[in-house]
This record gives sequence, structure tokens and C-alpha cells, in this order.
Amino acid sequence: MRHTITVLVENEFGVLSRVAGLFSGRGFNIDSLSVAPTNDETISRMTIVTRGDDQILEQISKQLNKLVDVIKVIDFTEGEVIEREMALVKVTAEDAARAEVLRIADIFRAKIIDVTPKSFTVEATGTPEKIDAILELLRPLGLKELVRTGPVAIGRGAKALKG
Amino acid sequence: MKMTGARILLECLKREGVDTVFGYPGGTVINLYDELFSFKDIRHILPRHEQAGVHAADGFARATGRVGVAIATSGPGATNTVTGIATAYMDSIPLVVITGQVPTALIGNDAFQEVDIIGITRPCTKHNFLVKDVKDIATIIKKAFYIARTGRPGPVLVDLPKDVQIATAEFEYPESIELRSYKPTVEGHPKQVEKAVSMLLAAKKPVIYVGGGAISGDAAGELTALATRLHIPVTTTLMGLGSFPEDDPLSLKLLGMHGTYFANMAVTNCDLLVAVGARFDDRVTGKIATFAPHAKIIHMDVDPTSIRKNVRVDLPIVGQVKEVLGRMLKSLDESGDKVAAFHAAIEPWLAEIEGWKQKHPMTYKQTSSVIKPQFVIQKLRELSAPDAIVATDVGQHQMWTAQFFGFREPRTLLSSGGLGTMGFGLPAAMGAQAAFPNRQVIAVCGDGGFQMNLQEMATLVQNRLPVKIVILNNNFLGMVRQWQELFFDKRYSQTCMELPIDFIKLAEAFGAKGFQATKSDEVEATIKKAFETPGPVIMEFKIAREEKVLPMVPAGASLNEMVLNA
Ligand SMILES: Cc1cc2nc3c(=O)[nH]c(=O)nc-3n(C[C@H](O)[C@H](O)[C@H](O)COP(=O)(O)OP(=O)(O)OC[C@H]3O[C@@H](n4cnc5c(N)ncnc54)[C@H](O)[C@@H]3O)c2cc1C
Ligand SMILES: Cc1ncc(C[n+]2csc(CCOP(=O)(O)OP(=O)(O)O)c2C)c(N)n1
Ligand SMILES: [Mg+2]
Repeated sequence: MRHTITVLVENEFGVLSRVAGLFSGRGFNIDSLSVAPTNDETISRMTIVTRGDDQILEQISKQLNKLVDVIKVIDFTEGEVIEREMALVKVTAEDAARAEVLRIADIFRAKIIDVTPKSFTVEATGTPEKIDAILELLRPLGLKELVRTGPVAIGRGAKALKG
Repeated sequence: MKMTGARILLECLKREGVDTVFGYPGGTVINLYDELFSFKDIRHILPRHEQAGVHAADGFARATGRVGVAIATSGPGATNTVTGIATAYMDSIPLVVITGQVPTALIGNDAFQEVDIIGITRPCTKHNFLVKDVKDIATIIKKAFYIARTGRPGPVLVDLPKDVQIATAEFEYPESIELRSYKPTVEGHPKQVEKAVSMLLAAKKPVIYVGGGAISGDAAGELTALATRLHIPVTTTLMGLGSFPEDDPLSLKLLGMHGTYFANMAVTNCDLLVAVGARFDDRVTGKIATFAPHAKIIHMDVDPTSIRKNVRVDLPIVGQVKEVLGRMLKSLDESGDKVAAFHAAIEPWLAEIEGWKQKHPMTYKQTSSVIKPQFVIQKLRELSAPDAIVATDVGQHQMWTAQFFGFREPRTLLSSGGLGTMGFGLPAAMGAQAAFPNRQVIAVCGDGGFQMNLQEMATLVQNRLPVKIVILNNNFLGMVRQWQELFFDKRYSQTCMELPIDFIKLAEAFGAKGFQATKSDEVEATIKKAFETPGPVIMEFKIAREEKVLPMVPAGASLNEMVLNA
């Protein structure tokens, strides 16, 4: 099953390689990983999307917790979490296709952030499923280049994580 | 007062109670060694190889329970420490290893003798630090020792660039340290502990399975009290040997691949398995699917990742075993009549175990005058001091020591279990002897592994460390040969050490003594002579070359599918 794990870490030299090394060394999957400092600049926040059965997910959480630089680990399960991802997509856009790209972008509330006579670059934000959907529509028009951030996640409700 | 970084480091070590370090100089630690020249509070021992230096610090730590300290220069010095560090990591041994590093300005430039030792040791240290500012040395060393010895102990590496050693700063050692991201659990959850007690008292066929955690957690006393109070049989892993006296009738001795018939039968048939600081290693469980198939499992461990890593667990208790067992004992004080009923209820189980003990005791056959290795180990026990420390190397001799020595006290067996590092025995014994100059320290080695760190004979002689070295010489890489005999049609590929070595002359070359025994009736006299001879001594025993370690659970088989005679 797909899990989104949030990890608060000391914002220190080498932490990313400790986390990445843990996943590769123990054969855990990383589908995506995003990391940046939080409001508290001594803390960085990672969002990791991973897969595995319950026992593997339990080990991933425990092993992450065991890293000396890890402050907190939260495994968000479905429902309690809001996830957003951004994609920048360069698509071929000539003749009739130009209007089609604009129409798709409009439906998904995506923005055109760069225009040439032959291409558009689209900025789309949303749940990973929404990004998948817009890509599916853009792909037949000629998808030249794609960059996705991987999701970031935050819990629903008033309760907040420090940092 | 302002001091150099090098001096600050030494002051920190002193504050941590370090009196002995094992280190090897070089370009990036030359400033540190210069400070050491006039620093009289720390004894520095110079091994002949950095790997041996780390094993010695490890042996020191295993024997004393304190943090072992090793020093090496950058580059090759640092890479030479890696096997030692990984060995300590796998067995959860607290070490602080200090490596020199090229000056900060050169890091990343492929400078002379630069390696990314932080990157290299990341997966085999509990944590590691690169010190970038002289002002950080004191806090980092404080953290390093704190992390190494608390929670699940382990090695910590501190990489110290040359310019940081030279720079100066005010020295102030922090009294205590708090890490918001590192807070090991000490006490087990009281409700879980209560549950454990009631599960225990409800069991009809209980077994306690003890690992290295009971030794590193100083819980042998609590464990022994619990087992004897309730009459519960105790089996130990290789790492747990010594936590429960093997001459106690409740002892089932070693379990697992080369464990006793009765320990493996007891685990296979028990209805409750209480794991105390043990990690269900594959050498112990055999085939997981058939491991303790009828048992509920209680698992106490300070490291949550050990729990449910390999086997299902019915009751996890995260905490220090000493605390958890202590609470269980207290709770038992209040259940007096239940205890009496429990004793009666487990009588048939104890009788069943006794039957297994009678059927297949731990034994071997003495057929001719050729020396049996098991006999040597039994004689060693008989003739050595009750508090003797035994370090082993890795291979058949290690297993025979585990099976036949009869360990009674914690921290008297020093053995590389998890990594199984050949070359460990001699330097580990050296470290233990440095810690306990007046105790008898014995290194039991194979002819193969002894050659992996034999240069340390020089260190022993130079530092007057009177380690008594036993070489069980089969002129084979015996453990691998045994597998080839059993599973590869006796195709002894590269396991015969064709060249016979004159170990007596070798000892003499280093200024030590050497004795040899070739027949059974010479064993006792040889050991006695060696024990009476001052200084380091090699005892070489020419043993039955193709003797096997038995019983043996073939890799991947169930514990009750032991090969008893082959
Ligand atoms: C050739 C060879 C053959 C071997 N054959 C066997 C064999 O037949 N049988 C056998 O048993 N081993 C054998 N071994 C050793 C084996 O590989 C493992 O090293 C060993 O079984 C692990 O022991 P352990 O479970 O006690 O774990 P350890 O490595 O000692 O781990 C200790 C556990 O306790 C926990 N812990 C540590 N401190 C505390 C504390 N204070 N409180 C609570 N928990 C704590 C740790 O988190 C860890 O989970 C063999 C090794 C070699 C080289
Ligand atoms: C550094 C290292 N290399 C290889 C091995 C694999 N290995 C395990 S036991 C063994 C044989 C050891 O031979 P020896 O030291 O003579 O001991 P014996 O088994 O004969 O008692 C080998 C090669 C190892 N454990 N460690
Ligand atoms: Mg041998």
C-alpha cells in the first residue's frame, strides 16, 4: 500500500543522505521525497511517499525514528491528510493544439507560465491524482518535458505539528 | 583557558572517564599525538593495525561495559577501522572512534589521504559527526559518548579535520546533554509488564531466550532471579552466554544453528517464549515459519526496530531489560500463591526437557589420542581462573568454545557474533587485558583467523599484556570446510591451509613463548605450563582435522531438524 510519511529532522549537514541511505540500505522503496526547512529553521521537513505491507511500514517508521537526527515521524493514512504536488509540463502546442492545451489547463486551473510559437509550459498544482489526470490529457498532444515535485503533505484540522 | 582543538579532545576524553585508548598516528592526527605526548592522564596503546585497534577498543568495551575509544589517521587509517566499527555495530558495542581528516578547506578535493569516512561509515555506525569548528568539539564528544552508551549501544565516529585540531578555543565541558531527536526508552510500559507477568504465570511450557541485551544492559542478576524464582528454563544466544550460569540445572545453554538439542527442542515445543534483549537472528531461528510454532512470544528490547523485525510478537515491551525484569520481579512478590501453582503446573514440562537432556546431551567422541578440540575447551575451563575472560575468533573453534566452556558470568565471553569477523579474537583479548591487567585473558583462535591479526603479538609483548593464546590448529578454514563436507561433496575449495606454520617460532620472533601439543595427554600439561608462564603465550593444539561442530541446523531448516551425528 502507498503511504505518505512526514519526517521532521534536524536541519543538519548529511541528514538527507542518512534518510536516503536507510531506504536503500534496507531495501525500502521511495516513490518520491521532498524536503525543505520549516518555519523553525533548525528543523527540516521531509515528505516521503513509499510502499509496502504493514510490517514493512512499521519497520520504516521505527527505523526512521531510530536515526539520531530524526525528531518525529508521522505515517499519514488515507483521509487524515491533505496532499499537494506541483508539475511543470512542457507540451507541444502548434495550430489547433494550442487551444486544446489552453482548454485543458483551464479545466484543471493550471497556469501557462511560458509560451513559444511551438510550445506551452504549464504549471499544475493539486493532488497527485489530479496531476496524473492532467498529464493523461496532455500526453497525446505531445509532452516534451515533465518535472514533478512529489507531494507535500499536511494533516487536516486545527492540530499542528511543531515546526 | 584557551586550548587547541587537539587538547580539547583529550580533555573531553578524560572527563568521560577514558583512561585507555588504542590509536595509530599519521599526518592528520599528528597534532593530536603531539598533545598526547605531554598528556599523562590517558594510556595510549599502539596496535600494529588500525583494525586491531578498533577490535581492542571493542574488547575493552565488552569486558568492562564502558565505552571503548580508538584513534586513526585519515584515509587508509580511517578505512582500516571500518571492519572494526562494523563488528561493534552488529553486536551493539559502545565505541567512540576518532579519525583525523584533511583540513576543512580541502575536504572534497581528493586531497592526500582524504576519504569520506562519514559517508563510508554511515551504515555501520549508530551515528557519526564531522567537526567543522573547534568550538563544537566539546559538545560533539559529549554527544558521541552519550549516544554510544545509551539506548541500544553502538559505535559513534567523530571525524576531526586537522585545522580544527590546531585552532584554539575556550574549553568548557558540558555537564549534561539533551537531544530532542534522541530519547531512548528506559522503562517498559507498566501495563505491558503486568501483562507479561500474567502471561508467564499462565504458561505451562515457558522458555526464556536471552541475548546480548541482558549483558550490555547489566541484567544478569535480575534474569537469574526471575528464572530461579519461577523455575523457568533459560537458553542463551551466542551473545547472551554468561548472562545465566550454564552449570545451573535450568540452563539449556546455546540455542540455534549450533545450539544444544534440548534448547532447540524446548524452543520448538514451548507455549511461551520470553525474549530478553535478543534479536531473533537467522542463526537462532532457523526457518522462521517453524520457529517456536506453538508459542506466544513476549519480546523485551530497548530498540523498537528489533521487535517484529523477523518474527511475530504477541507482547512487545520496549525498555531496558534491567528495568523491565526488575518490575516483573516486584510484581511477582505480590503473587505468592500463584507462583506455587505455577511451579506445579510446569513440572511436566521440566520433566520433558530433562528427557531431551538425557537423550542427547552436549557431547563428543574421544576415539584415539588425537586431540579433540572440545576436550581442549573443557580443560581450559577446568584449569583457568573462575573469572577468566575468553575472547574467540570466528569459526569452528568459536562454536566449540560456546558449546563446551560453560560460561557463568556476564562479560566473560567476547565474540564477534553478528558480523562474524575473523581476526577479532586476538585484538579483542588485548583490549580486555588492557582493561584488566590482573585477570586471566584467553584468546581462542583458529589457525586461519589468528593469521588475520597476528601482528598484534608485538603489541602484547610491548605493552606487557599477558594474553594466553590458544590456537586450535586444524590447518583448515574449518568452518567453511565443514560446510563443504556436508553440502558440497567434500570439495575443499581453498579451505586447506597448505603451508604448516611454526607457531612456536612465530611466538619467539615476537619475544613471546610458544608451546605445542599434538596428543590428548599433552593438553593439560600444555595449558598449565602456559598459564604459569608470565607474558603472552601461544598454545598450539594440533586437533582432529576434520572434526565437525555438532549439532547443526542446516541453513534454512527448522530448529528441530538438527544434524546430530554426521
Ligand atoms: C560462525 C557463527 C555461528 C553462529 N551460530 C550461532 C548459534 O548457533 N546460535 C546463536 O545464538 N548465535 C550464533 N551466532 C551468532 C549470531 O550470528 C548472532 O550474533 C546472535 O545470535 C545474536 O545474538 P542476540 O540475539 O543476543 O543479539 P545481539 O546482537 O546481542 O542484540 C542484542 C539485542 O538486545 C537489544 N538490547 C541491547 N541492550 C539492551 C538493553 N539494555 N535492554 C533491552 N534490550 C537491549 C538490542 O536492541 C538487540 O535487539 C553465530 C555466529 C557465527 C559467527
Ligand atoms: C574476515 C572474514 N573472512 C571470511 C570469513 C568466512 N569464514 C568464516 S569461518 C571461516 C574459517 C575460519 O578458519 P579458522 O580461523 O582456521 O577457524 P576454524 O573454523 O578452523 O576453527 C571463514 C573463512 C569470515 N568469517 N571473516
Ligand atoms: Mg582452522
